[in-house]
Amino acid sequence: MSSTESTDVLIVGSGFGGAIAAYHLAAGGAKVTVLERGPWLEADDFDHDFLLGSSYTRIFDFVVGDGMSLLGGNCVGGGSVVYFAAMPRAPRFAFERKGSIGRRMWPSAITRDSLDPWYDRVVEALPITQQDWNDVTYSGGLFAAACDHAGRTANPVPAAIDRAKCTNCNWMMAGCRFDAKRSLLLNYLPAALAHGAEIRPLHEVQHLSRTDDGGYRVHYNVIDDTDYRVHVGNGTIDAKIVILAAGAGATPVILQRSEATLGAMPHAVGRYFSGNGERLNTAVVNEDRARELLGLKRGDGQAFRANQIGKGPVVASWDNLDGDLPEHSRFSLEQLYFPPGFGTILAQVPDATGPSWFGVEKKELVRQWQSWLTVFTMVEDDNEGVFGPPPATGNAARISQQMLGRGTIRYRPSANTLRGWAESDAVVKDILERDGLARVMPWTNDVVGAYTVHPLASCRIGDDPQTSALDDRQELRNHPGIFVTDGSAVPAALTVNPALTISALAERAIPGIVKTLQERGVKVTYGAPSPDGSTSGRRGVRSQLRDLVRE
Amino acid sequence: MTLEAFADTIVPGEKRSPDDRAVAGASPGGGAVAAGAIELLETPATGVSTVLDDYARMLNEHARTHATEHGLGLDETVPPFVALPFEDRTAVVRKLTGQDQEDRELWVLLALFSNMAFDTAAHMHTADAMAAGHPGLVTMGFMKADDDGLWRFPDFSYGRRLADPHPDTTPTGSPA
Repeated sequence: MSSTESTDVLIVGSGFGGAIAAYHLAAGGAKVTVLERGPWLEADDFDHDFLLGSSYTRIFDFVVGDGMSLLGGNCVGGGSVVYFAAMPRAPRFAFERKGSIGRRMWPSAITRDSLDPWYDRVVEALPITQQDWNDVTYSGGLFAAACDHAGRTANPVPAAIDRAKCTNCNWMMAGCRFDAKRSLLLNYLPAALAHGAEIRPLHEVQHLSRTDDGGYRVHYNVIDDTDYRVHVGNGTIDAKIVILAAGAGATPVILQRSEATLGAMPHAVGRYFSGNGERLNTAVVNEDRARELLGLKRGDGQAFRANQIGKGPVVASWDNLDGDLPEHSRFSLEQLYFPPGFGTILAQVPDATGPSWFGVEKKELVRQWQSWLTVFTMVEDDNEGVFGPPPATGNAARISQQMLGRGTIRYRPSANTLRGWAESDAVVKDILERDGLARVMPWTNDVVGAYTVHPLASCRIGDDPQTSALDDRQELRNHPGIFVTDGSAVPAALTVNPALTISALAERAIPGIVKTLQERGVKVTYGAPSPDGSTSGRRGVRSQLRDLVRE
Repeated sequence: MTLEAFADTIVPGEKRSPDDRAVAGASPGGGAVAAGAIELLETPATGVSTVLDDYARMLNEHARTHATEHGLGLDETVPPFVALPFEDRTAVVRKLTGQDQEDRELWVLLALFSNMAFDTAAHMHTADAMAAGHPGLVTMGFMKADDDGLWRFPDFSYGRRLADPHPDTTPTGSPA
C-alpha cells in the first residue's frame, strides 16, 4: 500500500472559485494542491473546429438532467476558459431577494455595498474593462438599435476581454486561441503556480473522508485524457482543509457521496439549485427592415447578416432591473451568440405548422442562420432544482467520450419562474418584432428541459441553517475545514451573468480560510496583491478583514 | 437505411438518386444524411455507435405500430420506418421525442447527433468540411476561415452609439 500524500490545502476544481483560492493561499505561504477533473489546455491547443475531440468537446461539459441541462467548463481554468467573459456586477436588489423562503436569502453580512470592494479586486485582477461602442459587434449593435427603437436603453457590457487581441471569431466556447479572453489561465492560475501551487488535471474527486487529525482525505480517480468514461488510476491526498470549487453541478454531488464517510450533510446540500433563470430567444432579422428602421449598414451593402461575427454578448438591456418591481418580474436581456449545435437545435420556428424544432420548416430557419439574433434572458427563478442520489462516479453518467452526460438534477419550474420567462419573452418579442424588424421564438424547453450556462446555489450561503449549507464565511455547516467557493455558494439567481459575483465571493472567503489554516497550524498570511502586483484592490477590502476572521 | 430515414426526418434533404428510399426528398438541398449523419453516429466518440442496431430495431417497431394504428399498408421490401411517408415519419419522431414517451431521452440523443451532423459536421475537421462544401455549413452560410484555418473578422462593428445607456449605470459600467 502506498503512503498517502499530504498538503495544507486541497482545492477541488480550478475555475473561478478554485483559482482565486489557490493564488491567495499559495501566495500566503500554504502548500496548495488543485485537482481538476478536466484537461489542461492553453492558447495553442484551442481549436477552431467542430470535430468531436477538438478543444470544444474536451473542455466543455453538457449534463442533461430531468427538466434541466447544465453547461459548464471541464478544464484547468474551468468556466473562465469556455465562458463569454461578460462581467457585470449583480444589481443591488438581487442581494435583498427573499425567494420562496420568506426571508432574505443572502447572509445579512453581504450587500451590494459590502461586496463592491471584492468586486473591485476581481476587476483589477483579470482585468475587466468597459467596452465602448467601437467594441460592440454587429449583433450587439443591432440589439442596441432595436432596444432604442422600442424606447429602451442598452449598455455595452463590461467584459474580461483584451480588446486589442480579440478577432471577433466567436469561438469563445472552444477556448480563446488568441489569449484575448482574460481567462484564469492568464492571471490567478499562473500566479498561483509561481507561488508553488500544484495543479493536477484529469483528477476527478469522488468523495472525502476524515483523517485522525481533524483534516480530510480526498479520494480521486484519474481520468483518461481522451475517453473521459475511462478511469486510469485513483488515489488519495490528505489535507488540513478542503476547498470545493467543482461547480454548482458537481460540488453538491461530491458532498452527497461523502455522506457515508463524513456523516449527514446540511439539508441544503444538493437543494435550492438555481439555473439563474436562464432562457433564450432566437430572432430572424429582416435585412430590409434593419436597414430602413434602424439605419444599419455594414458597408458592404448588407445591414446585418452577421450572426457568426463577434465575441459573445456585448450589449445588455437593463430596463427591467428595477428593484421596485416584484421578484420574478425583474430580468436583464443580453444579445448572445451560441455556436451551431448548442445554438441551433433548440431554436424554434415561429408559427410552425409542423414540428417547431426539427423538420422541413426548421431547415428553412437554419438557412437564415446568418440573420439570427439570439437574446439571452436572466430572470429570478425559484431555486427549484434538487439533486438525486449521486451517480457511480463524477457528477454524471457519461454517454459520450467527452462532453455529454446524464446527471441527477431534477428541476420543475415554479409558477413564479414561468411567469418571469413569460414576461421576459413578451418584452423580447416587443423589441424585436416591432414594426416587422424580426420574427422571434423562445428556445424549446421540451427537448432537454430548461438549460443554464450559469448553475448556482446548490450548496449555498445564508444565515438560516435550514435553507443554507454554508455560513457567511462559506464554511460547510457541521463540517469545519470544508469550504465552498464556487457558484454553488451563490444563494439565488442574480438577473445578470454571475461569474464576477462568484469571484467576488471567493475573494471575500479567503481571509476566513486563512484564519482557519492558521488555527490548524499552517504558517500562512493574508494580503497578497493582485496577481500582477497591483495593490489598489487590496487596500479597498482592508476595512472588512476584521469581521471576516472573527472567531 | 432506417437511421438514414430518421436523420432525414430531423433535417430533411433532397433524394440522392431517383430510387433513394431512405431520404424522402422533403426539402431542397442536402439534409442530415448528405451532411454525414450516419458517419457521425458511427463515430465511437458519440457513445451511441455500438447501439445503432438497437435504435433501428426499436424505430421500426414504433413505425409498425404507427402503421397499424393508422391503417397504413407498408412496403415490406424496405424497413417499416423507411416505408412510411415523410409525414408519418415526422409523426413517429414527434411521438418518440414527446413529453409522454418514457425513453424519449434516447430519441432526443439520436436527433441531437442528426442535427449536429448538419449544423456542425462534427465528424469532420471544420476546415475540411468547408473545403468539401459540406451541405449543412453551406446552407447556414458559415463564413470562411483565414488561410491559417482560424477565423478573424476585422470588420465587426457599426462603430457608433446605437442606444442610450441605462441612467443608473455605475461608473464601472454595471447595473446599480
